[in-house]
Amino acid sequence: MKKIRKPDLAVIGAGPAGLAAALAARKAGLKDILLIDRDFELGGILQQCIHDGFGSMVFKEVLTGPQYAQRFIDEIAGTDIEIMLSTMVLDLRADRLITAVNSRDGMVEIQPKSLVLAMGCRERSRHQIMIPGFRPAGVITAGAAQRDINIDGIMPGRKLVILGSGDIGLIMARRFTLEGAQVEGVYELMDHPGGLTRNVVQCLNDFDIPLHLSHTVSFIHGRRRVSGVTVAAVDESLKTIPSTERFVPCDTLCLSVGLIPENELSKHAGVQLDPVTAGPFVDERMETSVEGVFACGNVVNVFDLVDYVTKSAQSAGLGAAEYVMTGRKREGGIRVEPGRNVKYVVPQFISDPSRDVDFYFRVEHPEKAVTARVIAGAEEVTKKKHRMVRPPEMLQSTASGERLTASGEPSKITVEVIGSDEQA
Amino acid sequence: MTSKHEYTCINCPLSCALELTEDEGEVLGVTGEGCKVGTKYARQEFTDAQRVVTTTVPVRDGSLPLLPVRSAGTIPKRLVMTAARELATVVVEAPVKNGQVILHDLLGTGVDVIASRDLEKAGS
Repeated sequence: MKKIRKPDLAVIGAGPAGLAAALAARKAGLKDILLIDRDFELGGILQQCIHDGFGSMVFKEVLTGPQYAQRFIDEIAGTDIEIMLSTMVLDLRADRLITAVNSRDGMVEIQPKSLVLAMGCRERSRHQIMIPGFRPAGVITAGAAQRDINIDGIMPGRKLVILGSGDIGLIMARRFTLEGAQVEGVYELMDHPGGLTRNVVQCLNDFDIPLHLSHTVSFIHGRRRVSGVTVAAVDESLKTIPSTERFVPCDTLCLSVGLIPENELSKHAGVQLDPVTAGPFVDERMETSVEGVFACGNVVNVFDLVDYVTKSAQSAGLGAAEYVMTGRKREGGIRVEPGRNVKYVVPQFISDPSRDVDFYFRVEHPEKAVTARVIAGAEEVTKKKHRMVRPPEMLQSTASGERLTASGEPSKITVEVIGSDEQA
Repeated sequence: MTSKHEYTCINCPLSCALELTEDEGEVLGVTGEGCKVGTKYARQEFTDAQRVVTTTVPVRDGSLPLLPVRSAGTIPKRLVMTAARELATVVVEAPVKNGQVILHDLLGTGVDVIASRDLEKAGS
């Protein structure tokens, strides 16, 4: 083993979160920064997201995934941030000791003064949703299919059924169609689409691909290769209705059934995870329960916009720089409570309420004509009206530190979504 | 006589629900927009819907086998499938710079197709 390298900051993962975190820390004046990724190039999953729709908030223009990544890659190239590619982090301890491996250096140990977790998320697979049937080839997650088609030039199938209407599934329905494959339909267990409405419009409606809500795949057929699937409607308790079962011949079942923050390393380091988001509890600087360990992007919760990932990463990078340069110690922590029709809020804690904070939250169920509010103590801090809110479309409110502390340090902060007429 | 058409704006994630009112093809107004992009979008959807096309083209001698490309602007929606087929016949040579024109004047639309990223030569 080589001697331990001790940079000011190590960032694990060089996707949109890691790139923005490293850059933000550098801009804040932090010197020795190391960016680690297991892929052979920077950019993470953005490189396979060749469709457009990224950056409308951060850059005020509409970019493809690779274009969005390129902006950060070009910026990193003009800095002295050290980049360690094709390197897999195997272990992480609470004292921030990283064990990593690559084929150039073998095993390496790194113990940074601060750490940013930016590992992103993983796709849920067939096994996590327990689809009955055989185990043939031809069952693939949407993100894996996206990598096959857009990076490696492999067509995973010719006639597809897509289960789940998350954004990647919708995007892949269009992508498969443009590449000449036939998408029989998209089946969604819930009674509303899992992805953004704009993707239902431009990926399904534009190509006459049917979306079957309140439907699921109840059986996978085929011994060596998928020969078809049985689809069925579901009742209110999401159980299949046997009389509605129908056989659909296909050679591939593509799954877009949710994403899970990737926190194996975080757990090794003893970082406390929020059971609702499956990501670390974080404060306004994106600092986790372990001092000096920050988290950002889809490791924290699955954001639906890369713009939000970038913003959370900038907070984390800045937080890490401050931590190293000022030796700041964190005190206390005010809990941010999800109020009416709010499933969760990130950050979950506020350590310093005098700073401006971006709150990200999701509703529990769709609702029309509502007002989203941030309340500190008894004071209303922000208020935003929405014509329609849906669980797949994340809400965001920026609260100024001045307003948060208008009547002293609040004992509790609540984020709620209320009917516009219920308002006091 | 006037009729109404519903559209979902695809220009940003807010996905605004738009309603356009027209009389014999003459647009009388648009409602539901969160910003002026929505008004323009609804009018365009009614007259001749436009989309950005994104796909990949094979790269000779590149560090990766494929290069992601996009139309620099929008083209008529009805041409999207044809454009994808047209682009399936294009091969480029590495190295490629982000923004480099890959195909001029896609299907006579006046819109160029450009590279979406840098791509190095293999082994460089």
